[in-house]
Amino acid sequence: MLMLTDILVLAAILFCISVAGIFINRKNVIILLMCIELMLLSVNMNFIAFSHFHGDIRGQVFVFFILTVAAAESAIGLAILVVLFRKRKTINVADLDTLKG
Amino acid sequence: MNIFDNMEAIYLAIVLAPLTGAIIAGLFGRIVGRNGAHWVTIAGVGIASILSLIAYKHHVFDGAAAYNGAVYTWLSVGNIHFEVGFLVDRLSVTMMVVVTFVSWMIHIYTIGYMHDDPGYQRFFSYMSLFTFFMLMLVMSNNFMQLFFGWEGVGLVSYLLIGFWYKRDKAVFAGLKAFLVNRVGDFGFLLGIAAILMYFNTLDYAEVFQQAPALSTTTIEIVAGHDWSLMSFICICLFIGAMGKSAQVPLHVWLPDSMEGPTPISALIHAATMVTAGIFMVARMSPMFELSDTALSFVMVIGAVTAISMGLIGLVQNDIKRVIAYSTLSQLGYMTVALGASAYAAAMFHLVTHAFFKALLFLCAGAVIIAMHHEQDMRKMGGLYRYMPITWFTCLIGSLALIGFPGTSGFFSKDAIIEAVYHSNLPVAGFAYYAVLAGVFITALYSFRFFFLTFHGKERINKHTWEHLHEAPKVITVPLVILAIPSLLAGIFLIGPMLFDGYFMQAIHVASTHDVLAEMGKDYHGVFSFTLHAFKSAPVYLTLAGVVTAWALYIKFPYIPAILEKRFSLLHKILINKYGFDDFNQVVFARGSREIGRLLWRFGDIRLIDGFFVNGTALTIRWFSSVVRTIQSGYLYDYAFAMILGLLFLLGIFVHGILN
Repeated sequence: MLMLTDILVLAAILFCISVAGIFINRKNVIILLMCIELMLLSVNMNFIAFSHFHGDIRGQVFVFFILTVAAAESAIGLAILVVLFRKRKTINVADLDTLKG
Repeated sequence: MNIFDNMEAIYLAIVLAPLTGAIIAGLFGRIVGRNGAHWVTIAGVGIASILSLIAYKHHVFDGAAAYNGAVYTWLSVGNIHFEVGFLVDRLSVTMMVVVTFVSWMIHIYTIGYMHDDPGYQRFFSYMSLFTFFMLMLVMSNNFMQLFFGWEGVGLVSYLLIGFWYKRDKAVFAGLKAFLVNRVGDFGFLLGIAAILMYFNTLDYAEVFQQAPALSTTTIEIVAGHDWSLMSFICICLFIGAMGKSAQVPLHVWLPDSMEGPTPISALIHAATMVTAGIFMVARMSPMFELSDTALSFVMVIGAVTAISMGLIGLVQNDIKRVIAYSTLSQLGYMTVALGASAYAAAMFHLVTHAFFKALLFLCAGAVIIAMHHEQDMRKMGGLYRYMPITWFTCLIGSLALIGFPGTSGFFSKDAIIEAVYHSNLPVAGFAYYAVLAGVFITALYSFRFFFLTFHGKERINKHTWEHLHEAPKVITVPLVILAIPSLLAGIFLIGPMLFDGYFMQAIHVASTHDVLAEMGKDYHGVFSFTLHAFKSAPVYLTLAGVVTAWALYIKFPYIPAILEKRFSLLHKILINKYGFDDFNQVVFARGSREIGRLLWRFGDIRLIDGFFVNGTALTIRWFSSVVRTIQSGYLYDYAFAMILGLLFLLGIFVHGILN
């Protein structure tokens, strides 16, 4: 039988993968965006799991909101990415160090 | 209505009349003009002078009780009240008469002396302001107001020494006077602070009342040394008097103060301000009487000043400087009298000295004007032919100064010498011989000055000689008026002032110190006093001094040069004034400059600028140069930092839940 714990562990693993993806990834900004999506999804999974096991529908309502916001955010992110590429001719993360102090 | 019913109004008027004159002449000098300025200040001081005489009559002839009252409370802190008040008794009323009268004469004289000076109104304003401060000082009934007057006269003295502010020497002299007086005032202020601390009041009457009870109190300032509180307070106060009354080693400013205009030398640096210290000690007699240590200190300083400054007077060639050194020497005499507890004799000498020394200075001023501002006595001589009135009044002044029998100076100086002779302080022996020797020296330098200026060969240059003439009336009239008390004041004052309890409760003398009472037993009137003097040394020393001066400067004028060569070392020491000036220049002036430079180099540049200001900036720069290496600019590094932060906060959170 699938327990709440199992799902939470899966969500945690997904979250860790996405985190690792953010800072181990040295190549591509698109992968960064994908990792952020993955992070949000892992959180969504937690919401759904709790909602299901506690019999409370509000968790799933939240998930819809998060999905919407995440979609909008990805759209903006990709738009920025396009502009960035036009300007710098690269989407290599290692080349983007303008913030260096 | 009797005018004596409202004495408080009279006292207020005495103080405020000169102040009003000073304000009008000082702030509205351009509106009132030159004549307006001298009329308004002379009127102000004249009113003060006449009212002082009325007050004098009220207290001395009508025998009114001393007036002690507050006019205005300046501020109250806890139980301590700082008040403006008057204590008018026979001591202060005597000073008031002397101050206002001499000041009045000198105001009149100034019309002639400063005739062509562009700072005419300013000068009159300062002089009236000085009179105001001096009156505040002598009429005060508490230490706060005393200090106010004390600093006020110091300020005006500074302003007037540097009156001709375009002359470097005058500016230097003014600064010197101010700084040296600060040294004395520091002691004075410490004394007042000690009084406030132990007596909890600044009112004279209350302090004097409590003083006997505190006479055995000791204080420990340096660990392991118990000092008598009374000695400490008295010596501190006397250090203030040493500054103001120019006693060794704080005398250095007075000779230099001669850079100021001559009326000022007469008013401030001879007759009145420099006697403030003497007056103050006499006023504090109930406290000084409780400390033999302080009295001995006073006596030694006075004796050293009396003799050493007289000796310098022998080698000076500037006409005003000779008189300045003679002032120092005479102030030494007064101080010796204070040390011998003969306060009345000190006050007596103060009064007579005020008259004859103001007279001498004004004579010198008349000579200086006639000589077209030539002050070197070697370029004078034979002036008696051209300036008979000045010559005659100067002769009277000189005779009074050397103590020629019958003149005012004779009575006061002889009284001091007698008093020292009767004193039983351990240092009285030394002081007695010092003042005796001083008599000879005084006669020698006074008549050296007199003969060099008025007699002997004419050494005047031709241009000056053509314009040589007697001074105008505004100058000669004050000379004559001052000559009268210089000649006669002694005869009338000696009996009442010294022996008949003239000062009553104003001066307190312990019975063991009462030298004047001792002398009073042998006193049988002016004539016997004068006759008795012929049996004692001072008169013969005086005559010897005059004869020596005559021999050296009239009969055999080539001798001084020979003596100068023979005793060149001694001459050099005297010319260099015992090296006090050089010592001060090297040790204190340069010393403080070096300390200043050290503080600047180390404290300011290194510590404040280097360490605190630039140090802070440098530290921040170094710190940020370390911290900026973290700012790689790569997104994944920031993300990693975020995650670490998240883990850290989560760790704290979980840790909190588990416990």
